Amino acid sequence: MSEVFLVPICLPGQLLLLEHVSAQVSRAFAATVTVLPHRLDPELAFDSSRGQYNSTELLAQLLEETAGSEAGVLGIAGVDLFIPILTYVFGEAQLAGRAAVVSTYRLDNARYGLPANDRILLDRLDKESIHELGHTRGLVHCNQAVCVMRSSTYVEDIDLKSAQFCLACRARLAAPAASR
Amino acid sequence: MPPQQASILIVDDELSVRDSLLHWFRKDGFNVATAASATLALQALEQSPYDIILLDIKMPGMDGMELQSRVHALNPKIVVIMMTAFASVDTAVRALKQGAFDYVTKPIDPDELSHLVSRALKERRLEDENSQLKETIAELSSADFVIGESPAMHKVMEMIRQVAQTNATVMIRGESGTGKELVARTIHANSARKYFPIVPINCGALPDSLLESELFGHEKGAFTGANFRRKGRLEMADGGTLFLDEIGTITSKMQVDLLRAIETNEVMRLGGSRPVHVDFRIICATNEDLEKLVAEGRFRQDLYYRINVFSIALPALRERREDIPTLARHFMGKLAMEMDKRVSDISPEANQKLMAYDWPGNVRELANAIERAMVVSRTGIIRPEDLPFAVPEAPATATPVSDSLADMEKAHIAVVLGKTRWNITQAAELLQIDRATLYNKIKRYGLQRAEGGEAEANGSKPA
Repeated sequence: MSEVFLVPICLPGQLLLLEHVSAQVSRAFAATVTVLPHRLDPELAFDSSRGQYNSTELLAQLLEETAGSEAGVLGIAGVDLFIPILTYVFGEAQLAGRAAVVSTYRLDNARYGLPANDRILLDRLDKESIHELGHTRGLVHCNQAVCVMRSSTYVEDIDLKSAQFCLACRARLAAPAASR
Repeated sequence: MPPQQASILIVDDELSVRDSLLHWFRKDGFNVATAASATLALQALEQSPYDIILLDIKMPGMDGMELQSRVHALNPKIVVIMMTAFASVDTAVRALKQGAFDYVTKPIDPDELSHLVSRALKERRLEDENSQLKETIAELSSADFVIGESPAMHKVMEMIRQVAQTNATVMIRGESGTGKELVARTIHANSARKYFPIVPINCGALPDSLLESELFGHEKGAFTGANFRRKGRLEMADGGTLFLDEIGTITSKMQVDLLRAIETNEVMRLGGSRPVHVDFRIICATNEDLEKLVAEGRFRQDLYYRINVFSIALPALRERREDIPTLARHFMGKLAMEMDKRVSDISPEANQKLMAYDWPGNVRELANAIERAMVVSRTGIIRPEDLPFAVPEAPATATPVSDSLADMEKAHIAVVLGKTRWNITQAAELLQIDRATLYNKIKRYGLQRAEGGEAEANGSKPA
């Protein structure tokens, strides 16, 4: 992946946040990162009975938005995401595909009755962005405690891992796509 | 089981559920497949085995409950997790009663899902381990199975088969070294109690006071030195079998206590105040004449009847000489593995020496003789000189009276009959003629069995 598009979804006034994630993604994947202007209609993915946004629908929109390109695309949403069978997700990605989406909604300490902390929020967002884009590069969950590809179901799990790939995952990333 | 090797089948009529679970589990490294209906799920199960099935309860056509019972019938090891959008205690209880591993309500909390799957995998791994261990137990318990092709041993094996599955008390009679404990273990290994212990105790090896505490256990302070509470062998055999060797040696007090324990299935520890219920089966062994002990009043008649429900008499090895070569080869093979020594055969002369010996110590002595022979053998073949015993010179009472072929034959047959103690089958084998021919020759030459089993050839010179 030499190019990644970042697409903000319901994320007004977060230019600094987008720039920060761009730099981290660029570093992690040695990729050129471009922020695309917001053109998605997230309301199409809204489920009124759950009050949440269907992340699979958002992935479809991201793919449509960037159709014709081979670049990866990462949506960064400010809304709560779900997949139909689960109560919520921090993000979703196509395994060995192009599109991924992450949400800041549940990464914010303020959601858990704690004082808001932007540094922690950015830290978590970096990790989840790299994690989901890792899936698009064919990586599955990793058992290494600090590898960014370790699965996280609680925000505290995200804090425990690093933003780096472990040696094995890094080797898989470097391998030709077919052998991953 | 690493997730990479585990496989999950997702059965749900909703495409979005199937897809989201498919992607979720793929990212966890599982082999995942989906089925949109119960019928398709059954087809998928016929094609490849799955470790875990996530199953929607409400589906058009065959519902999840019905599918679950079919899956259970097909392969009870598959871990089934039921999913439903409409939680109800009734359906949950029904699903779990039918054998489902767990039950979740859609949508599922991501954390709950990952815990559930890791617990399910653990359950599956334990199931596999359990069946492997059961196989190992079956292999181990049959490894030293009673060996022998003689009619006497066939009868013993038939009796073991008859009694193993029952709960009857068994009495095993036989000389020392005939394999009484092995028979007890074989009965245990073929009974429904095989997954519980068989606890052996040699009644003859312990003084009475110790035997009592060994069998029944004791409470702390029951006697000087009893600093801790201790379980007795009877309690340790709970669910399994207690093997009482040399039962004929126990004193009359122990006989009373043992009888009570057998009759009530309850054990009172020494110094204890309340009985403990224990589920055990008793197998006894003795090489004494219990009937004589009963007649002399040294063994209680009521206990005798209790333990003598089913009696198996083991023949002495000299009474089944035809089994000696098979047994010798068995021990050779077993010891070769244990000693990592390449001894691959027993020479015909060594076999003859083995068959001619009387084996007062029976199979145990044979096993020891083979072990010693393997230690000293330098050729990879057990030869007569490797065997640690001397066969008493065959009753060479038969020097032929003349050099005629008939006299030579008569004298030789007399020697062989002496060697085999007039065991016609063995003698015929050694002479390489059939039994009928041997009988005819015995009759023709007027050979008669002398006192002590030696052959006497009429007209022969004493040696």
